[in-house]
Amino acid sequence: MLFVFENHDHGDGMPRMTSEAVVEKHGSPFRGVFLRELHGYLITPVAWLFAVIFLLSAGAFTFYLGAFFERGQADLDPFFRFHPWLYLVLVPALAMRLWAEERRSGTLELLLTMPIRPWQAVVAKFLAAWLYIGCALVLTFPMWLTVNYLGHPDNGVILASYIGSFLMAGAFLAISECLSVLTRSQVIAFILALAVCFLFLLAGDPLVQQPLLALGSNRVADALASLSLMAHFEAIARGVLDFGDVTYFVLTIVFWLAANVLILDARRGG
Amino acid sequence: MIQTENLGKRYGRFDAVVGLNLKVAPGQVLALLGPNGAGKTTSMRMIAGFLRPSSGRAVVCGHDVVRDPIAARRALGYLPEGAPSYGELAVAEFLNFAARVRGLTGITGARRMDEMVERLQLQPVLAQTIETLSKGFRRRVCLAQALLHDPPALILDEPTDGLDPNQQREVHALIRGMARDRAIIVSTHALDEVRAACNRVAIVAHGRLRVEGTPAELEKRSRYHHAVSFRAPASALACELLARQPEVETVEVDPVDGRVTVFPRDGGEIFSIVVKLLEEQRVRVEELQLERGRLEDVFRQVTDEASTETPVAA
Repeated sequence: MLFVFENHDHGDGMPRMTSEAVVEKHGSPFRGVFLRELHGYLITPVAWLFAVIFLLSAGAFTFYLGAFFERGQADLDPFFRFHPWLYLVLVPALAMRLWAEERRSGTLELLLTMPIRPWQAVVAKFLAAWLYIGCALVLTFPMWLTVNYLGHPDNGVILASYIGSFLMAGAFLAISECLSVLTRSQVIAFILALAVCFLFLLAGDPLVQQPLLALGSNRVADALASLSLMAHFEAIARGVLDFGDVTYFVLTIVFWLAANVLILDARRGG
Repeated sequence: MIQTENLGKRYGRFDAVVGLNLKVAPGQVLALLGPNGAGKTTSMRMIAGFLRPSSGRAVVCGHDVVRDPIAARRALGYLPEGAPSYGELAVAEFLNFAARVRGLTGITGARRMDEMVERLQLQPVLAQTIETLSKGFRRRVCLAQALLHDPPALILDEPTDGLDPNQQREVHALIRGMARDRAIIVSTHALDEVRAACNRVAIVAHGRLRVEGTPAELEKRSRYHHAVSFRAPASALACELLARQPEVETVEVDPVDGRVTVFPRDGGEIFSIVVKLLEEQRVRVEELQLERGRLEDVFRQVTDEASTETPVAA
């Protein structure tokens, strides 16, 4: 790495390193936003509430609704089965402030006039939140210890399920972040995200399919069914880490993040 | 150097800014004046790269803000309207964030941060959460963010709003100190700020630039320019005589404090005439002053003219 010296006269007669050179070395606008977001999760109650409620309800659902003990099987199926529903509520709640709060408080103007590209800001926010959710997910490890203590589960299936769960959280997060940029109100962002996530979750379910079929649009119904988050998650949770399912999640995330960047950029014009 | 060429912003059928041409060279501090809704903030947002111009262009230190946004923003320090900042962060954390995004890390970053903390007197609140701070501190925190990377161009949207007189003077001194090798645009409603910190003035109204010049040039446009004002207890006769002088346009007496202002015809010099006549009449004068012109007066004149025109909506 070469430092570029240029003789800007700033009054002190000292040659100064150009800011470009420093930026290149530390490459930091992205890191700056990423670390600030992550730091935000550690100091705000919303994020801790997310982690606590996620862990408590994941446990409660597993043992009560999932009948973990009664079924007498050493696997984590009753645990993972409720993840989509937990994420459905909790991820929009975690993500609703991502842009809505920046817009409401005016910090969006600060952020977008710093030397950072919109995609960097979008992705940095996404990754920080995803990492936070990932940490909460990792903290469910006592569940895994428990089944291993009680019996001999297929740990490959459990690992695949964890990956599937993490990917699904990412998809919900990308959807919620993108919708958060549409409004200044966190409540509206939350409800919008909840509705859209619900639609995608149950896209293959009769609940969504019936009305579409009744309208006679088989193609739309089929297309939507293939977008069902639930179907893809269940496929992975069975222990088959299929390339198509993983690609589906990755593409969903990329699509919503790209939409987020476009909407953010379009708002400059208005 | 900050330059705009025919910069315009249109919302639907409403023109927020029309054909704005500004050129601020290093060493110049331009005060952007205008009534609320005149287009000051919109113009500044376009130069800062937050809003995309509908027409024309803005250039910061040779970088077009639309085509070369990152380079333009690196060269620019920006204090947005209302001085927003992340309320949940402590002051030091917020400045750290700004430094990191600006690529200021290590010793350079730490030194710049110390300097800003000292100059803006943020030392006592460094560890405090921003949302618990007073308005004055919040503004200074956001100002510190704008100055952190020592930018050659600065845009400050109402930098002294909410500060007490001492803090205002401090910020004026800061702006004057930085002005030497920087191009600075400051928007304000406080006209005394113009005298205190700026060497050029632009008045905008209804999205258009109306007048531009040095404060002295603008004051010349005021009807108070070269006027003479005085306070004297028994001066009714003297006033009548003054009003009859061919060089005098009119004589006005302030109904509140009784101050007499003598306005010259066509901006001529009447100081000696007034003094001579007051002496002849043996008027006991308590206070006598040659007015250099009032920015308030020019401001009102210019913005009044603008509002009597037909609205600019197409």
